[in-house]
Amino acid sequence: MIIESALTTFGRYCIFMSRVFSVPQKWKVFGRKFLQEVGKLGLDSIPLTIVISVFIGAVICIQMQLNMTSPIMPAYSTGLATRDILLLEFSSAVLCLILSGKVGSNIASEIGTMRVTEQIDALEIMGINSAQFLVLPKILAFMFFIPVLVVFSIATGLFGGWIIAAFTDMIPVSRYIYGIQTMFVEWYVWYTIIKAVVFSVIITSVASFYGYYVKGGALDVGKASTQAVVSSSILILLFDVILTKLLMQ
Amino acid sequence: MIEVKGVEKSFDGVQVLKGVSCTFETGKTNLIIGQSGSGKTVLMKSLVGLLRPEKGEILYDGRDLLKMDREETQSLRTEIGMLFQGSALFDSETVLGNVEFPLMMYTKMTDAERKDRARFCLERVGLKGADEKYPSEISGGMQKRVAIARAIALNPKYLFCDEPNSGLDPKTSILIDELLSDITHEYQMTTVINTHDMNSVLGIGENIVFIRKGHREWVGNKDLVYTATNEALSHFIFATELFQKVKEYVISNGHS
Repeated sequence: MIIESALTTFGRYCIFMSRVFSVPQKWKVFGRKFLQEVGKLGLDSIPLTIVISVFIGAVICIQMQLNMTSPIMPAYSTGLATRDILLLEFSSAVLCLILSGKVGSNIASEIGTMRVTEQIDALEIMGINSAQFLVLPKILAFMFFIPVLVVFSIATGLFGGWIIAAFTDMIPVSRYIYGIQTMFVEWYVWYTIIKAVVFSVIITSVASFYGYYVKGGALDVGKASTQAVVSSSILILLFDVILTKLLMQ
Repeated sequence: MIEVKGVEKSFDGVQVLKGVSCTFETGKTNLIIGQSGSGKTVLMKSLVGLLRPEKGEILYDGRDLLKMDREETQSLRTEIGMLFQGSALFDSETVLGNVEFPLMMYTKMTDAERKDRARFCLERVGLKGADEKYPSEISGGMQKRVAIARAIALNPKYLFCDEPNSGLDPKTSILIDELLSDITHEYQMTTVINTHDMNSVLGIGENIVFIRKGHREWVGNKDLVYTATNEALSHFIFATELFQKVKEYVISNGHS
């Protein structure tokens, strides 16, 4: 029963995505909507990204220092571990899990409200592919902007660790700075960006899917929003495992 | 003209439309009336292609909607304007933006031409000075007017209105009815209105289709409803004491 329901939902999602990925009817209108979505989904997420990353960066730095203190561990290892945790997991997977709450619920409730207030029907009556018109700009805008958020997250997370080094006596600043520079693997940056781009597609498409097929009223929009966040979070975790296996071998 | 022939539609095994046939004439306000659950909304959604009937034909001046491919349907839809029950204005656009929207999607007008046309439509529905307001900042009656302006922006041949008076006070309802009737005659559109409002039935019903339990029960016009022998129709239209008295007065005086 559960498998049948999951397969049905997956099938509907595939059909929905085939409607989404079609050529825009008017490129000028598409361009305008794309820029609006970059602002709404991307730029508006910068403050949240910065706040979370600074605090998490600081916490990681403290935890690493407290748990890795050993005569055989070099002093710079705290900076190195902070950097690698941010690069490998936090600034892609954890950040996207958090953003799925903000961006995902925003998209699901926006499109869901358009559905229950017949705005989507109005688009269809006008002969417009509503799925493409509403969803494609969101997916592409967030895909386009997520690398910026990832870079912001890495930078501000490292800054959070630096604050701990600079304003406490847990670790010398020079050791922390050395640690975050040493044994740097450029691929980690690409790895985290690739993961984040995949997660951005999951967040936007899954939220749009749940919003688009809402039936009922305000209560159902709320339910769709919750379902969107839960489903995209699970999918992010699943794809995190798959991508890590594929990209880090 | 829109011809509906033997349209059938079911949901989960329950037949809602049971072979409905009727004609909606050009240049007239055509009303679909019936009790809640009678199938009139399903009929209207089938007419505009939001629902696909299992059987029958829906002919737009001879072109069968149900046999059209995607491109033909899309082309037909540029000839259709629709006014939704809740207006269905785009929240994120201003009043002017809402009216400009279909023009932006389907014409090659410059910005200035588009704005001129949108302002003309807004003036035609009696809305001036609300261009930069958002739908949430205007009243229900004004929202209906904006929706009508948006619906007529592309000079449609067919106009569909789903309960245009719902949620409006009687005075505003009459204004909306008059506006719909005026633009129908002015632009020679085929206007189809789905309504519960008896004032609309008796005021602008030039062609009335009464739907009951998924069947077309009666066809006529606003003058014929007073003398109609169909019991279900009489019970439906003259359900209140006020309308009963109107009926008695009209019959006794010989005119509406």
